Amino acid sequence: MPTVGVKRDLLFTALGRTYTDEEFDELCFEYGLELDEITSEKEIISREQGGSKASGASDVILYKIDVPANRYDLLCLEGLVRGLQVFMNKMEAPRYRRVRPVSGEPQRLVITKETAAVRPHAVAAVLRNITFTQERYDSFIELQDKLHQNVCRKRSLVAIGTHDLDTISGPFTYTAKPPGEISFKPLNQTKEYTATQLMSLYKTDSHLKHFLHIIEDKPVYPVIYDSNGVVLSMPPIINGDHSKISLETKNVFIECTATDVTKAKIVLDMMVTMFSEYCAQPFTVEEAEVVYPDGKTCKYPELAYRKEKLSSEFINRKVGINESTETLARLLTKMCLRSEVTGAGDEIEVEIPPTRSDVIHACDIMEDAAMAFGFNNIPYTTPLTYTVAHQLPVNKLTELLRQELAAAGFTEALTFALCSKEDIADKLGKKISETRAVHIANPKTAEFQVARTTLLPGLLKTVAANRKMPLPLKLFEISDVVLKDETKDVGARNSRRFCAVYYNKSPGFEVIHGLLDRTMQLLEEKSARGDGYHIQAAE
Amino acid sequence: KGTLFSPFLTSLLGSRDVTSGLFQASQGSSMADTGVVESLLGLVEKADGGVDSLEAAAGLGVDHQLLVGAVKSLQALGDLISAELRSSKHWELSGEGTEIAEQGSHEARVFGSIPPQGLTQSDLMKLSFGKIGFSKAMSSKWIRVDKAHEGGPRVFRTVRIKFTWTVITAFSENRSSTRVLPAFRTVKSYWITKGSSFSTTITKQETELTPEMIASGSWKEKKFKPYNFQAMGVAPDCGHMHPLMKVRTQFRQIFLEMGFTEMPTNNFIESSFWNFDSLFQPQQHPARDQHDTFFLSDPALAHDFPQDYLERVKKVHSEGGYGSQGYKYAWKVEEAQKNILRTHTTAVSARMLYKLAQQKFTPVKYFSIDRVFRNETLDATHLAEFHQIEGVVADRGLTLGDLMGILHAFFTKLGITKLRFKPAYNPYTEPSMEVFSYHEGLKKWVEVGNSGVFRPEMLLPMGLPEDVSVIAWGLSLERPTMIKYGINNIRELVGHKVNLQMVYDSPVCRLES
Repeated sequence: MPTVGVKRDLLFTALGRTYTDEEFDELCFEYGLELDEITSEKEIISREQGGSKASGASDVILYKIDVPANRYDLLCLEGLVRGLQVFMNKMEAPRYRRVRPVSGEPQRLVITKETAAVRPHAVAAVLRNITFTQERYDSFIELQDKLHQNVCRKRSLVAIGTHDLDTISGPFTYTAKPPGEISFKPLNQTKEYTATQLMSLYKTDSHLKHFLHIIEDKPVYPVIYDSNGVVLSMPPIINGDHSKISLETKNVFIECTATDVTKAKIVLDMMVTMFSEYCAQPFTVEEAEVVYPDGKTCKYPELAYRKEKLSSEFINRKVGINESTETLARLLTKMCLRSEVTGAGDEIEVEIPPTRSDVIHACDIMEDAAMAFGFNNIPYTTPLTYTVAHQLPVNKLTELLRQELAAAGFTEALTFALCSKEDIADKLGKKISETRAVHIANPKTAEFQVARTTLLPGLLKTVAANRKMPLPLKLFEISDVVLKDETKDVGARNSRRFCAVYYNKSPGFEVIHGLLDRTMQLLEEKSARGDGYHIQAAE
Repeated sequence: KGTLFSPFLTSLLGSRDVTSGLFQASQGSSMADTGVVESLLGLVEKADGGVDSLEAAAGLGVDHQLLVGAVKSLQALGDLISAELRSSKHWELSGEGTEIAEQGSHEARVFGSIPPQGLTQSDLMKLSFGKIGFSKAMSSKWIRVDKAHEGGPRVFRTVRIKFTWTVITAFSENRSSTRVLPAFRTVKSYWITKGSSFSTTITKQETELTPEMIASGSWKEKKFKPYNFQAMGVAPDCGHMHPLMKVRTQFRQIFLEMGFTEMPTNNFIESSFWNFDSLFQPQQHPARDQHDTFFLSDPALAHDFPQDYLERVKKVHSEGGYGSQGYKYAWKVEEAQKNILRTHTTAVSARMLYKLAQQKFTPVKYFSIDRVFRNETLDATHLAEFHQIEGVVADRGLTLGDLMGILHAFFTKLGITKLRFKPAYNPYTEPSMEVFSYHEGLKKWVEVGNSGVFRPEMLLPMGLPEDVSVIAWGLSLERPTMIKYGINNIRELVGHKVNLQMVYDSPVCRLES
């Protein structure tokens, strides 16, 4: 779940009133947010880097708010305020519009076919006559970061580049070139580097090193040029220094390059819907044209409004309430889903704005109605579902046996299902190839290399960790091991095992032998060769 | 009240503290040594004021521990004597110090061990004092080594000395050295004085009433030692169940009481298809990342998916359908085939619901409590594997209010009655609700579980009728157990590093209020 940090006072100013922490926490809860932490820059630095480093830091109060992972429209102060204000009926959801440039042709971004090998999609838009302040600028940068971390899947799906349009001139070309042939001065550097040099430069950059793998092994790297050959960006790694935006920037060119075009459109819509608020014509976005290698031209941002029709009966039935069609339409409108009663029966027409990419089905609309109604106002009901319970036979037997084993003086251990290869092979004098163990591809440590094929190592490790306890130690465990099994769809199955260990100064094999006899007695198995059980010396 | 959040009750079942009561001590120790007891009583009678147990032991020529035993047995007999515990500190030589005091310093012994014709260095090093003594004697230039000597390095004396030594008898407490041979020790002794019913003769008190005493009537004349009610009783010899499993048993019981059938969750290995894709969890979802999920290298891929169902899943992800926009991305079967350690038991719920959809629909209530695996960063409350508790109800026309009603019934059985629901996000449920309960101790709302209504994009491709709703909820088994048993670090609860004493001492699990 992403966490958004906003300055409390700035938030309250935007909301038009102040709240106590408890009041704001309550508001968040109802809206599906969580006021996770109340802190300050100073507190964060002092916690992470020590008190001495924090002396100069700001002690302005910050609210850290947890936002649901699919609500990209709540990842910045602007979106949060808009969402909450509409929720509290203090404003109407704005209408976002895509407009033609006042004069001249729209900006064009031409995609060449070379990009297909590395990052084939791009979309773009222009924020015209925008006014930044320090706070707005910080929020603008922060939103890109949040989007990159979440919907963009750490830039692998989408990467955002924002540029001062007045420093560059279109049409722009999105192409891909061998890294040795790309050379430019990257953001916040003083000299030019080739792409190859950049990749080694950023190997040690704590922030950028995480994105290098996305293109590192590709024969060509994506790059965007303006008509004069100025590099705008080398997505998804870094922008050029030339076109960087500042507080004074008036016109912003936004490009999103992607491996997933659906996500690219969503991300571009988020960027422009959030920050077009600060344009001379609020909530308008100047379109840009993207020309594909096949000559097809598309206009962005999409800013698509979609309409869905559903009945109030559907909502009432799914939620378990009984509200009028008008009330439900009003509730939905509070969730930024402008809704109208069509008059055809109990039909409601709902308009899903470009900010609500999370709404993909009528059930999402139903949920918003339930949220606006207040989950905690819904009456509890008991379904009449009549069923007879059954236990899983192997679990039922396990429960019965565990009781008896404890009554026989053995104590239950609970050990891990994952362990090292050594635990189930070398340490038991076996070869790993003989074990039928399933192997984990990406263990972070040796403790998680395989799933256990026997319970014994876990019990022995429990003994080892409890050598200080009075003797004897009598331990048992009934649990699953995992074995490869080609007859199963996944190629493996669990097998329920019972293991017991007796640990004392003398071997006392007869104690374990006795427990086996007792267990067999409980299971109604006779001690007999042939029709029953017996033990014999192993080789 | 024994709710989930009630404080950890230790006293009722008792801790197996090994401090033995006086009663057991006198039964166990050899009261047979009546000689020491009587001699001690004699000393106390003659002494003015009292007797120190250390001096008494020295005077009687017995081990101090034996005398302390006599004191304890006398104490057990009533107010025969009174003994006050005292401690004194004094210097004492350590084992090594004693050895030096008796046989000379290491270097002196090295010197003494070398015959005129010398000694091989390897033989010298075999001596217990060889290593330390050699280096000290070398630095004092008492000996020399001939490294080129035939047969290996050989050590010779360089000087002629005769040794005398003095044992250092007093050290300052502040003396600090890397090898302090004398150590400062605390010695405990008793100051013994006459008790209110002091006597030099002891009437032996009986500890047990025997059948013979009853038969002969001799019990009437016997004096019985009073039972020490302050001491703990003898711990019964028994096995114990693991606290997490005790809680699991209770949760199973609750589900069974509510008519829920147990799901076959005994399959830790799952395909991404059933774990994610069937649940409408997109293939780029962060939960499917290497950093969050354990993938398998062997067996790496799953096979044999229900082909027509797989096609419907593919379609709903990539194009939508069933009233959904879908996620609009290129869904790949290769991604769905990847085997993993299941990240939730909901994978089994998906299999069960798919199976249900292949028959004429009948309502079901399912539950499971089993292990799930996450490749996450480990800390005091997170392990790579934990137990998930899950409940699922499928019926026609279920509402969000029904889900809340069932959750209320379920949590009431856990002793939790005050619930609150927060809207949340989960890829396969809509609506999704986090369940909060008011914690009386912390005076705040704490999250106790997650719940929701399965999305149509998950249910309809399976083939379930459109009017069937499936509601579900889940929580971890470890968290309520940690709260219940007052455990802060999950490693103290699960895995081989648990302290068995904790397992021995844990009370029964009563969850109801």
